[in-house]
Amino acid sequence: MSDDFEPLIVTFCCNWCSYAGADLAGTSRVQYPPNIRIIRVMCSGMVHPNLVIDALMKGADGVLICGCHPGDCHYLEGNLTAEKRAEAIRLMLEDLGIETERFRLEWVSASEGQRFGKVVKDMVEQIKTLGPSPYRTQRMTQ
Amino acid sequence: MKLNGESPKIGVYICECGINISATVNVEKVVEYARTLPNVTVSRYYKYMCSDPGQALIKKDIKELGVDRVVVASCSPRMHEPTFRAVLEDAGLNPYCFEMANIREHCSWAHAHEKEKATEKAKDLVRMAVAKAKLLRPLEKKEVPVIRTALVIGGGISGIQAALEVANKGIKTYLVERSPSIGGRMAQLDKTFPTLDCSACILTPKMVDVARHPDIELLTYSIVEKVDGYIGNFKVTVRKKARYVDIDKCVGCGRCAEACRLKGRVDDEFNENLGKRSAIYVPFPQAVPLKYTIDPNKCIYLKTGKCGEFPPCKKACEANAINHEQKDEVVELDVGTIIVATGYDLFDPTEKPEYGYGKSNRVITGLEFERLVSSSGPTGGHIEIDGKEPKKVVFIQCVGSRDRKGNEYCSRVCCMYTAKHAHLVREKVRGAELTVYYTDVRAFGKGFEEFYNRVKDEGISYMRRELDDPIEVVEKDGKVVVKADGHPDIEADLVVLATAIIQRKDIGGLAKVLRISQGADRFFLEVHPKLRPMDTATRGIFLAGCCQGPKDIPDTVAQASGAAARAAIPILHGKIDLDPQTSEVIDKNCDGCAYCIDPCPYKALTLIEYMRDGAIKKTVEANEALCQGCGVCQATCPKQGIIVRGFTLEQISAMVQALLGVT
Repeated sequence: MSDDFEPLIVTFCCNWCSYAGADLAGTSRVQYPPNIRIIRVMCSGMVHPNLVIDALMKGADGVLICGCHPGDCHYLEGNLTAEKRAEAIRLMLEDLGIETERFRLEWVSASEGQRFGKVVKDMVEQIKTLGPSPYRTQRMTQ
Repeated sequence: MKLNGESPKIGVYICECGINISATVNVEKVVEYARTLPNVTVSRYYKYMCSDPGQALIKKDIKELGVDRVVVASCSPRMHEPTFRAVLEDAGLNPYCFEMANIREHCSWAHAHEKEKATEKAKDLVRMAVAKAKLLRPLEKKEVPVIRTALVIGGGISGIQAALEVANKGIKTYLVERSPSIGGRMAQLDKTFPTLDCSACILTPKMVDVARHPDIELLTYSIVEKVDGYIGNFKVTVRKKARYVDIDKCVGCGRCAEACRLKGRVDDEFNENLGKRSAIYVPFPQAVPLKYTIDPNKCIYLKTGKCGEFPPCKKACEANAINHEQKDEVVELDVGTIIVATGYDLFDPTEKPEYGYGKSNRVITGLEFERLVSSSGPTGGHIEIDGKEPKKVVFIQCVGSRDRKGNEYCSRVCCMYTAKHAHLVREKVRGAELTVYYTDVRAFGKGFEEFYNRVKDEGISYMRRELDDPIEVVEKDGKVVVKADGHPDIEADLVVLATAIIQRKDIGGLAKVLRISQGADRFFLEVHPKLRPMDTATRGIFLAGCCQGPKDIPDTVAQASGAAARAAIPILHGKIDLDPQTSEVIDKNCDGCAYCIDPCPYKALTLIEYMRDGAIKKTVEANEALCQGCGVCQATCPKQGIIVRGFTLEQISAMVQALLGVT
């Protein structure tokens, strides 16, 4: 693993809590590593497991899904569905021989700008320890 | 409208946002880069894309260059997506042929010191947005009619103001209040700061206006149990609790309460339990409606089935209004919009035992003081403890507010009501020694600083202490001693605690019923703290008063009027556009496996069968009005048989692929 390894983390944020939390992080000028690329989805429950697997198989170093805290889901319980799916996703990753730590599901509310920054920082650090994805060569962009 | 289906022409517009973006992201480089992306016809940047000249650039390209997909890289779509959609619409393009890349909140502001990396990130975000834009399809909004009625939940000053303002626009309004009378917290107050208007004198006429208003239907002693439907078409289930009194017959004479065997023995919550009432009661003499209610937890007859030989209340009632057999009634209301005005609770000072509350009757809360000083209160407005006038009174501010381990926020009203309380003691108790322990006096409103100065000049001693400095109130020889770090001990006759305004402790149920969110401080969350302070994330539901955060009466009334205006807009418009970004079944992919049906939180999906090519074809049907577009179905489907328009698996996947550079 080279010291200048900069992970690329595909991040899905639900529109109502986590995307707003990431907005708040920016508005509050919370500084976090620029290794994530946020894709807005309406709900964490909207993220198809195939999207996660596909991203990791095609060279993303990590995938982060952020949703509303349990009980706060704009769609009542989409986040709980996401949580159940996360279990299945981890099993699939094990089967594929991808470290399950490359995938995370975190709860970030619209008022948790600081927390969003911390979640990203923690995840980037963890992926740096894990090193580049074995599928990184699949990636055309470095 | 021209649309190049297979080969769209994409316009990419990068915003400098003054220097908010351009100070970190090299905007020119991003523009150049965007030009190299497939299907990008034009790429430009501008100082403020959201401004009129910025919008004009986009419109011009749509008209002159035939741009049919637009990507704007600027701030959060939560801020300006509607602005730019309107631009497309103005230029004759479908508003859903638009995608936004967030390079301000998610990039320039978050990586202010990493210019190169931020520029690379902005390029990636633009490339991803372009990939999605390429797959965007025009969507048609669906119009539905809006029911011409509104619901206001909560009958305090905010709910009263909101209901009157909506009804004054000629809209039928239901006002639901859970206690037997409207009036709320304001009815409990004696005077109001900074003008010292008598609270009842300015509130009760409004309460009467509500009762007399031809377009307001008042449902007191009622609870909102269920809310179904969506903006324009909410179906609300309300439980009208049994009062055990027929309100059509009750004339409010009060003979029943006089006759009640528990007269003077039941804690009176309106008086903060400082006084007593009967088991049959009106909360206060100016109650609206002035109708009696039997307290089912106290009434001897309701609890035991017997009260003497014949219930004395029933005997005393000449109108024959008392009916111990009365049952709850459940009604359904159809409303177009909803205003939530549920008010607040107060911090329970027993959670901070150092203040000695609950151990001595000489330590009271600010609201208890209001009842003690009110001429309609249990002492008729005479300030007394154990029958004696207190000569030394200490006021302590920020009890449960501005607490980094608890409620971090400032409750906004305590500084001023404490000044008012000190003034009232000065006015009523000759020669009283008055001390206020404060940390910072927040006198921010109109006339507040002037009032604070006036009170200080009345010889009230303001003593500053730090929030974290230890303070303790202990009982000693029938008095209470206030020991504040760094100050001499004060032996006081009365200590008044300025307790924090907190969200209603039991609000969770209603939050769930309404599907609206709460912030970390538990107050209801507005969509945008500055620009949409009255809207919730659920369309058609609005906020007024302290349920959204601590407020004084002027701010509450202003917000309630604003919420009323917001809630009236769709009703007066008569119709509403439903977001077309909802689920759509792709019949050729759907094999009717029905995996998607159970996870749908809105029960918007049904399995149907029809005849196709002489055979039964199973498929799923989506109800567009019920579907909210969460996409749980899409993520459950193994065959791409159901999609959410504008967020299809193909579109999201294209963004991932574009990021990773695989095609």
